[in-house]
Amino acid sequence: MSARKRVNSEAQRRTSQGRLSDQIKEKPSYSESILKHGQNNPEEDSEHAEVLQIALRYFEKGPIKTLQSKGKTMEEHLKTVENVAWKNGLAPEKIDILLNVALSGKFGNSINTRILKCLIPATVISGDSVVKAVSWLCVGKCSGSTKVLFFRWLVAMFDFVNEKDQVNSLYGFFFASLQDDALCPYVCHLLYLLTKKENVKPFRVRKLLDLQTKMGMQSHLQALLSLYKFFAPTLISVSLPVRKKIYFKNSENLWQMALIAVRQRNMGPSPVSLKLILGSAKVRPVNRKRNSYSVIPLPNSSNYVRECGKKEMSISDCLSNNGSFPVEQLQSFHQLLENIHCLELPCQMGSVLNSSLLLHYINCVRNESVLLRFYHWLSLTLQEECVWYKVNNSEFGKEFTSLLDSIIRAQCFLQEGFYACEAFLYKSLPFWDGLCCRSQFLQLVSWIPFSNFCELKPLLFDHLAHLFFTSTIYFKCSVLQSLKELLQNWLLCLSTDIHMKPVLNSPLETTLGGSMNSVSKLIHYVGWLSTNAVRLESNSTFLLHFILDFYEKVCDIYINHNLPLVVLLPPGVFYPALFSLDSSILNQLCYIMHRYRKNLTAAKKNYLIQKQGKSQFNFSNKTYQEFNHYLTSMFGCLWLSKPHQKSFYHGIIDIDPQILEEAGIAEYKNSLSLMQHPALFSYAVAFLLQVQPEARIIKLSFIQGKKWSWYLDYLFSQGLQGLKLFIRSNIHHSSTP
Amino acid sequence: MDPYDASDLTPRQSASSRLKDYFIGATPLQKRLESVRKQATFVSTPPRKKIPQCSQLQEDVDPQKVAFLLHKQWTLYSLTPLYKFSYTNLKEYSRLLSAFITAEKQKGLAVEVGEDFNIKVIFSTLLGMKGTQKDSEAFLVQILSKSQPPSENTEGKVLWTGWFCCIFGDSLLETVSEDFTCLPLFLANGAESNTAIIGTWFQRTFDCYFSPLSINAFNLSWMAAMWTACKMDHYMATTEFLWSVPCSPQSLDISYAIHPEDAKALWDSVHKTPGEVTQEEVDLFMDCLYSHFHRHFKIHLSATRLVRVSTSVASAHTDGKIKILCHKYLIGVLAYLTELAIFQIE
Repeated sequence: MSARKRVNSEAQRRTSQGRLSDQIKEKPSYSESILKHGQNNPEEDSEHAEVLQIALRYFEKGPIKTLQSKGKTMEEHLKTVENVAWKNGLAPEKIDILLNVALSGKFGNSINTRILKCLIPATVISGDSVVKAVSWLCVGKCSGSTKVLFFRWLVAMFDFVNEKDQVNSLYGFFFASLQDDALCPYVCHLLYLLTKKENVKPFRVRKLLDLQTKMGMQSHLQALLSLYKFFAPTLISVSLPVRKKIYFKNSENLWQMALIAVRQRNMGPSPVSLKLILGSAKVRPVNRKRNSYSVIPLPNSSNYVRECGKKEMSISDCLSNNGSFPVEQLQSFHQLLENIHCLELPCQMGSVLNSSLLLHYINCVRNESVLLRFYHWLSLTLQEECVWYKVNNSEFGKEFTSLLDSIIRAQCFLQEGFYACEAFLYKSLPFWDGLCCRSQFLQLVSWIPFSNFCELKPLLFDHLAHLFFTSTIYFKCSVLQSLKELLQNWLLCLSTDIHMKPVLNSPLETTLGGSMNSVSKLIHYVGWLSTNAVRLESNSTFLLHFILDFYEKVCDIYINHNLPLVVLLPPGVFYPALFSLDSSILNQLCYIMHRYRKNLTAAKKNYLIQKQGKSQFNFSNKTYQEFNHYLTSMFGCLWLSKPHQKSFYHGIIDIDPQILEEAGIAEYKNSLSLMQHPALFSYAVAFLLQVQPEARIIKLSFIQGKKWSWYLDYLFSQGLQGLKLFIRSNIHHSSTP
Repeated sequence: MDPYDASDLTPRQSASSRLKDYFIGATPLQKRLESVRKQATFVSTPPRKKIPQCSQLQEDVDPQKVAFLLHKQWTLYSLTPLYKFSYTNLKEYSRLLSAFITAEKQKGLAVEVGEDFNIKVIFSTLLGMKGTQKDSEAFLVQILSKSQPPSENTEGKVLWTGWFCCIFGDSLLETVSEDFTCLPLFLANGAESNTAIIGTWFQRTFDCYFSPLSINAFNLSWMAAMWTACKMDHYMATTEFLWSVPCSPQSLDISYAIHPEDAKALWDSVHKTPGEVTQEEVDLFMDCLYSHFHRHFKIHLSATRLVRVSTSVASAHTDGKIKILCHKYLIGVLAYLTELAIFQIE
């Protein structure tokens, strides 16, 4: 069953390949109308069936000698058959009968033609019928044009023939028919669909080559020859122009609409879209310039290597079907699973980049040679294609970008970075201008595989820092974004590994401590970048968003990834965010502080639980102290403005209070409270206008007691969810300032 | 600032990365990456190189074949390791490659493998052409046109020649598994269209990657110094340098020829460490040439670009073209080129 399925899909692939260039626009309206016709009511159907039966019997008996009524009756019967066939298709046994009639030569040529044209299957055609039909061809009773039509019909209906093995057993006969010049193109097409590896024999190769010398370069012969070459590269060599795709004249256009209907009957709804999904791996850019070749090779089986690798070559060895599955035929995930043990790898490993199925495969085989071949190909290709090594780079820019895009797609698909890309970054980052292919380049950075940060720093991150400080705010934001993704990728990689029992001790630092150290160094590096960037860009809100996005990842490492690491945000980020004029920044900061609290509490709890047993990781007290300091700062500003907070202000604003008083800022103690904080002031005013619509003068001091909690609810209702979480988790209900 | 206490770690918590097990571990890929890192980190440290010694060719080298390699201009390519290449299949490769070339030349027309074509491809090994025992055996590919009529006993005309070699390529060898054959240096002589076709066949058959190997001015001055340092019984050619001045409409070339014995004398005066060449010595050697030129012509050659160096040992062009003249130092020249090729593919 599975073997047939494979053959089936293979044939489908080939037919669709043959048709690919023709770009048949399958107009939905056709198929719909045909489908509608098919839905007749049952009474009508049974009536039709009877009439059809009579018609078939008539044809089976052969022409009746009474000449008078002959023409008329036959016309009627033919009409009946045609009607049924185009509406519902014909059952396999009916096709069997009619094929016999058409090819036995009982009727004239025109009748035979009409019969053949309406041989549309309801669902399938039995292989037996085809065998019988072919036997009629040998008798020589039908004319040349009928033969041609028969072959066209067989090619068109090939997908619906049920027992293809039976048809394949006639391979020799079909092959012999190539002699006939009129039949040759259609027989070629049929053989193209039919050929299996075991059909490719040296004498056939020779015969085809003879035909080629006789007839010259014919596209149908080329197609068959290239298929032979695919199965037996050690027997034949042919090179076809890349752009040439039209191999066969469309044999099926006579039945085009009918074919669509049959396919829909057989496959259920939307076969078109199904085909697209399966074929998507093969879609190649059509608009490539002339003479330019695709950088990424197409997947081709490594026949040469396999067959030349054998010590003693024999032709029978070459041609015996050794059960391997050529990579060209791999179309679906199902096929991959069925043939994973015998899949032939592509001869150029670079071709896996465009095929998600092959990426699956190399991901799970983990074969050292496979990875090395891929590494070699990718690193050299990157080096060769890299735009900023080229003199006139404008014309190559597009190709390089699309190469990088494919690499990034593959990395995202595998959720893992390629080592070749990392090596490429080492070499090329020092020469990068920060503009060319920026988005792609930074995405490569975010897929750097996890490794020791100290080793990576001089190679990558120092260069990146140079670019970071000297570039625009947009560049800074994109760098921060990609570093956030890098952190996330590292964390995911570590958190999946931590639960796996190590099999081997690898020479690299593989202790969890070492890994965490590397991650924490990365976070500190980003902290350093951020602190300086905030100053350079004078507290830009835009920039702060990207920085806080990064810390949203950082603050949740312990809980989200189950990794023992809590790194706080640096003061150079914390205070600008706290004093920001933008409420969304303040809100984000509140959220981050809330998550830090959750993570630290969870860590402490776990630590206390496990203290009795073997000691786990412990965060130093310094982290807790720092966090508490930040927390009191925030509360000092937003919530309390009590006398003892004087010392707090001294802590962060190093100004003598007397100076402030002299400057007339007496009320500075309250100026960062939830009402007066510059980011929230507008909310307070809006709130007051809402509760006292008639008031002429509004006073912030009005927000007191009950109104204070109303005000809080108002703030929370304005989308300040971070603030809500922060206040709810830190303050108990009763307390008001 | 370290946020958690690393001293509390227990060894059982070693998290060996899945990636590391397969990718890094002690695998060739890991070694490869390590060497790339080293290369990227220490690119500025001054290297030291041995002065090419007299011929290290083993005795079983066919002198006729060596003579064939000399005095020809070769275009250089670097080549990644060949996958599943086998020295026992050279005959089969000849058959396949000749069919492939014929098919490529007459696009669209199929040809039978093993048929009689009007070209002939010969694969042959260059026995003994290696630096150490571990180096892969070098081999030669030749395309000959069949002489007409074929009964005549004359060899056909050589249309194209290319050879693959590896001299002291240990560093590359360490980073691959045994499925691969390391021959990082490829030298071709003949029509470029042929090189392209043959390159395609090799890339498809052995999943390797050819890339043109150019020689930058830095490496050219190293070559100049090393080749000047070679002891010669008699000099065959003058020592000549070619500098290019980028200016429009046509670039200006400055040629600087010295008597080889004068060049040797200059080298001996700057050379201190016996048997070795250091970066300082190379710089000093070139600086002397520059200042001499400046004294006469008031032109600062250091501001131009060195594009060609020719000595009695060999001559090299920045485009990646080389001509080896001296049989004695063949291996020495190839060793340096192998090093450059390996540097390029790493």
